[in-house]
Amino acid sequence: MTFTLPDLPYAHDALAPYMSKETLEFHHDKHHQAYVTNGNNAIKGTEFEGKSLEEIVKGSFGKNAAVFNNAGQHYNHIHFWKWMKPNGGGTKLPGRIEKKINEDLGGFEKFKTDFAAAGAGQFGSGWAWLQVKGGKLEIAKTPNGENPLVHGAVPILGVDVWEHSYYIDYRNRRPDYLKAFVENLINWDYVDEMFGKAG
Amino acid sequence: MSSMSRRRLIIAAGSIAAATSVSSRAAFAQATAQAPAGPFKVDPLPYPTSALEPHIDAKTMEIHHDKHHQAYVTNLNGFAKDHPEIAAKPITEVLASLNSVPEAIRTGVRNNMGGHANHTMFWQIMGPNGGKPDGEVLAAIDRDLGGMEKLQADFNAAGGRVFGSGWVFVTVAKDGKLALETRPNQDSPIMDGKRALLGNDVWEHAYYLTYQNRRPDYLKAWWNTVNWKAIADRYAAAKAGTLGV
Ligand SMILES: [Fe+2]
Ligand SMILES: [Fe+2]
Repeated sequence: MTFTLPDLPYAHDALAPYMSKETLEFHHDKHHQAYVTNGNNAIKGTEFEGKSLEEIVKGSFGKNAAVFNNAGQHYNHIHFWKWMKPNGGGTKLPGRIEKKINEDLGGFEKFKTDFAAAGAGQFGSGWAWLQVKGGKLEIAKTPNGENPLVHGAVPILGVDVWEHSYYIDYRNRRPDYLKAFVENLINWDYVDEMFGKAG
Repeated sequence: MSSMSRRRLIIAAGSIAAATSVSSRAAFAQATAQAPAGPFKVDPLPYPTSALEPHIDAKTMEIHHDKHHQAYVTNLNGFAKDHPEIAAKPITEVLASLNSVPEAIRTGVRNNMGGHANHTMFWQIMGPNGGKPDGEVLAAIDRDLGGMEKLQADFNAAGGRVFGSGWVFVTVAKDGKLALETRPNQDSPIMDGKRALLGNDVWEHAYYLTYQNRRPDYLKAWWNTVNWKAIADRYAAAKAGTLGV
């Protein structure tokens, strides 16, 4: 499968002031595009040609860094755009997600604290996740292009903590970016959709 | 109070306030102001933040030095409160034997002391009017790295290939031999018993305000900021076995 850059599901300026137009222009149009372009080049002539994105991510992990890094980031960013929306965040979650967060993660307030702490605690570039593993919700973090798929889990929410995600808007203040993401950007309907598919 | 230490207190109070509720903010700020700064400190930049423009902008230098480097040092001082032994030996010795650091703080010391060492080197090997490589350093570059043109091409390519955050270094062994190496995050050649002769930070924070996604442009422009006099001094110290971080 040849990678292609998906359109943003909203206008570049739709997430301001929490994420600026300029940030989305660079992040989506340049960074994500580079993962697509470099991924397609790295896959050419390998066993991964013609496989699905998830198959490529899982199959290349630990075996082909050039393929994995770009395929992992392609997967991560495809979902990242959908995990945000204008007027997102808030405290009104779809019922089954709210119930599951209460059961597995000690409630919504604790989820918010722990998810932001995972993002702040990822040293260097990477991601923080809400994942389903063995039927339970967990909070996790991974470096660089890694994601829960290669650790036996399914991501249902992720936040990019590479500096390119927040440097224009927040400079060194990653915790402020994470707070804005959780309180004002998360598209809980898409989290719920991925939770439904994760089974 | 010097302007430097006052600025540090303001930064520390600011970052704590950001993570604290309004009601406890004042108490926290006061506690911070009274607490000793700890054994580790960030040296002032040896030149104005604007000195490396247009290659590195003043705002980037200010945030990079006053916030990012300071954060590593603040975290280190936090570890030193319960583990003063990490400040009892030279940084080079602690980094060269991370396995002897208590496991509970080992990753934190690796990341933050590595970050402190790398950035201390970084500010030192840059500067305005940096001159040109000559003498022993140039001879070593010709001998071990194929000359300046090849060094720059290989160094820029290696820096471009670092996926995520990290550094690209020219390392120097005790016998004066040079090598081109990269490290992830804040790892340092000191952790492998070597020294950085010079190195460039390829974390996005080092270039994002001016270059955004264009890391190759940053790597190319960065050579205009290199201080070859400082590098000649580091080379001589490395061969004498006296080079610090
Ligand atoms: Fe990203
Ligand atoms: Fe840095």
